[in-house]
Amino acid sequence: MMTVPLSVQLLLAVILFLIGLLGVLIRRNVIFMLMSVEIMLNAAALVFIIGGSRWHQVDGQAMVIFILAMAAAEVAVGLALILQVFHLHKTVDVDRLRELKDE
Amino acid sequence: MDVFHLLWLVPTFPLAGFLILALFGMKMPSRAIAWTGTLSIGLAALLTLWMGLHFLTQPPDGHHYRQVLWTWFDVNGFAPTIALYLDPLSLVYIFVITFVGFLIHLYSTAFMRGDEGYARFFAFMNLFVFSMLVLVLADNLLLLYLGWEGVGLCSFLLIGFWYRDPANGYAARKAFIVTRIGDTAFIIGLFLLVKQFHTLNIQDILMQAPGVWAVGATGAFWAALLLLGGAVGKSAQLPLQTWLPDAMAGPTPVSALIHAATMVTAGVYLIARTHVLYSLSPAVQSLVAIIGVLTLLIAGFSALAQHDLKRILAYSTISQIGYMFLALGVGAWTAAVFHFMIHAFFKALLFLGAGAVIMAMEEEHDIFKMGGLRKKMPMTYWTFLAASGALAAIPLITAGFYSKDLILFDALASTQGSVYLWLGGFVGAFITVLYTFRMVFVTFYGEQKKPIAHNPEHERAMMIPLVVLGVLSIVGGWVELPHAWAHFTPFSHLLETTLPATTLKPGMESNEWWLQLLTAVIVFIGIYLTWVAYVKKPAMVTAWRETAFGRACHQFFYKGWMFDQLYDVLFVKPVVWLSRIDEHDFIDYLYEGFGRLNAWIHAGFSRTQSGYLRWYLLCIAFGLLFIFSLILFV
Repeated sequence: MMTVPLSVQLLLAVILFLIGLLGVLIRRNVIFMLMSVEIMLNAAALVFIIGGSRWHQVDGQAMVIFILAMAAAEVAVGLALILQVFHLHKTVDVDRLRELKDE
Repeated sequence: MDVFHLLWLVPTFPLAGFLILALFGMKMPSRAIAWTGTLSIGLAALLTLWMGLHFLTQPPDGHHYRQVLWTWFDVNGFAPTIALYLDPLSLVYIFVITFVGFLIHLYSTAFMRGDEGYARFFAFMNLFVFSMLVLVLADNLLLLYLGWEGVGLCSFLLIGFWYRDPANGYAARKAFIVTRIGDTAFIIGLFLLVKQFHTLNIQDILMQAPGVWAVGATGAFWAALLLLGGAVGKSAQLPLQTWLPDAMAGPTPVSALIHAATMVTAGVYLIARTHVLYSLSPAVQSLVAIIGVLTLLIAGFSALAQHDLKRILAYSTISQIGYMFLALGVGAWTAAVFHFMIHAFFKALLFLGAGAVIMAMEEEHDIFKMGGLRKKMPMTYWTFLAASGALAAIPLITAGFYSKDLILFDALASTQGSVYLWLGGFVGAFITVLYTFRMVFVTFYGEQKKPIAHNPEHERAMMIPLVVLGVLSIVGGWVELPHAWAHFTPFSHLLETTLPATTLKPGMESNEWWLQLLTAVIVFIGIYLTWVAYVKKPAMVTAWRETAFGRACHQFFYKGWMFDQLYDVLFVKPVVWLSRIDEHDFIDYLYEGFGRLNAWIHAGFSRTQSGYLRWYLLCIAFGLLFIFSLILFV
């Protein structure tokens, strides 16, 4: 069985993470930002899987289950928050949500 | 049980009153405040009376009682104690403080009613009485100094009691700073005494001083002079007298208690207490007498030109304390204390009477806008008249005659006395009559110029103190009759267990009666003259005041011999000028630099807080990158 070298595996995780980070930084729509955060979470989960397979232990996979559950909860809360924000401000553009800044 | 063991309770009652009022006063109903404030002093007064009776009938060993409460601190053998010392001198003082203090508190319950600072007023007054008791009961000079500063603080707080008016705050600061000049001299004097004696216990110092210093020694000279500096500041004598007239900004009961009866006589107490030091330095003792004479004359003339009822009384207080200093200066220690006691009675009464008049006149202080109050306020009038008689020393019937005549006699007849001192006091006595009866005639006689709004004659709490003090202003003098009449002198007999007796020049005793006759004559001449000038022919005085010379004189005396203006030019202006040109020295640049740097960094940081969520995230990302790079590459 041909194995992909570890460095390539990690590179994939890093690329995924950077895509997610870039998405968070570039996007102004909160929903897209939330999705980008999910990508970053998945990048982290991928690193756990890689680690698990590298050392032949199940801890990595168990951790991924945790991350999935956490991500589901986070999305639920996040979407609820976004809904509330939209109700209040009629927008999901983060750059226009600046009420915390002291003018 | 020995009653003197309860001595510690005398200052404790007012302290407890102060603590209760300071901690819970805001929530207490005004009746409870009045009861707490008055009862604390009343109990102390009762206890003092009881102890005083015991002291007279069964005096303790050596005519003094010392109660050590605890050691204050102990540094390298210098261990001042918190100890109370009761002897005839402090007994007279605590009697006046608690008894007159109680009457004034009683008066205040009605006088201050409805004031928003009712609890604050009684709290400060109780604290004052406590501090004053500590001052006179202290067995060492350090504890005395604690009380000394305590009364100064209370005086400051109570002069500026109505602090919303900036003028009152200014008067309070003036009183505090001017007395501070004297206090600084006082504490330097204490350092000197500690250096010499390694103790501040008063009795130890008095005992050792004659062995350490010869008469006229430099050490004794400086110690006495520096303590005199403190006394001069507190008792508003020349050259530090300027604060007292302005101190009248406080409520009238405060003027009665602090600036007439008790605190301002603390200087007299200090000198009498440390009399051995003054006997050891005759030069300073003569200075005391000279200060006294000059002060009583200057203040007397100033009182003659005032319009404000309370300012007349303030200058009169300065003048009367001048008499006490004169007595101290000629070695008539008991006469000074005697005049202190009588003065406390009649001057407190005058202030309380003035308070009633001012209350009836709706805060009008100018006597020339009053007039004719004799019929409407009979009780105030008669008691005020009794006190004025005592102040003017009307012979035989008033207490002031006995005390002031004793001082005048001693000023001439004592071995340290001289005809000049006597003449100064004699002229002062004449001036006293003039300004006293000018005040009485203008206020109570003539036609009424202003209707009475709220007659305080119905206030029983205000009238009782007037009557009691009025009686004392008459009968108080009978505890000390002139030598020329009878050998009935229980007061000086009591005090001479502590203070040395006055030594008279030989053959002077026989002169006493004609001196008395002379004073009696000028008193009646003075009353007649003021009667003519202010009741019969008031136009005469007005005409005189219209002349150029008359106006200049009036202005000069009205402004208290221009001392305020003089000090303004000599001290206040240079200090202000110096601080103004020194406003931007290099220290300022240093601290302003700190401030600028802070503001600059702050501005930089605050720019990062843009409010853009994505910007924050970017910062976090770069921060993480930075930390990882550190971990990886460093």
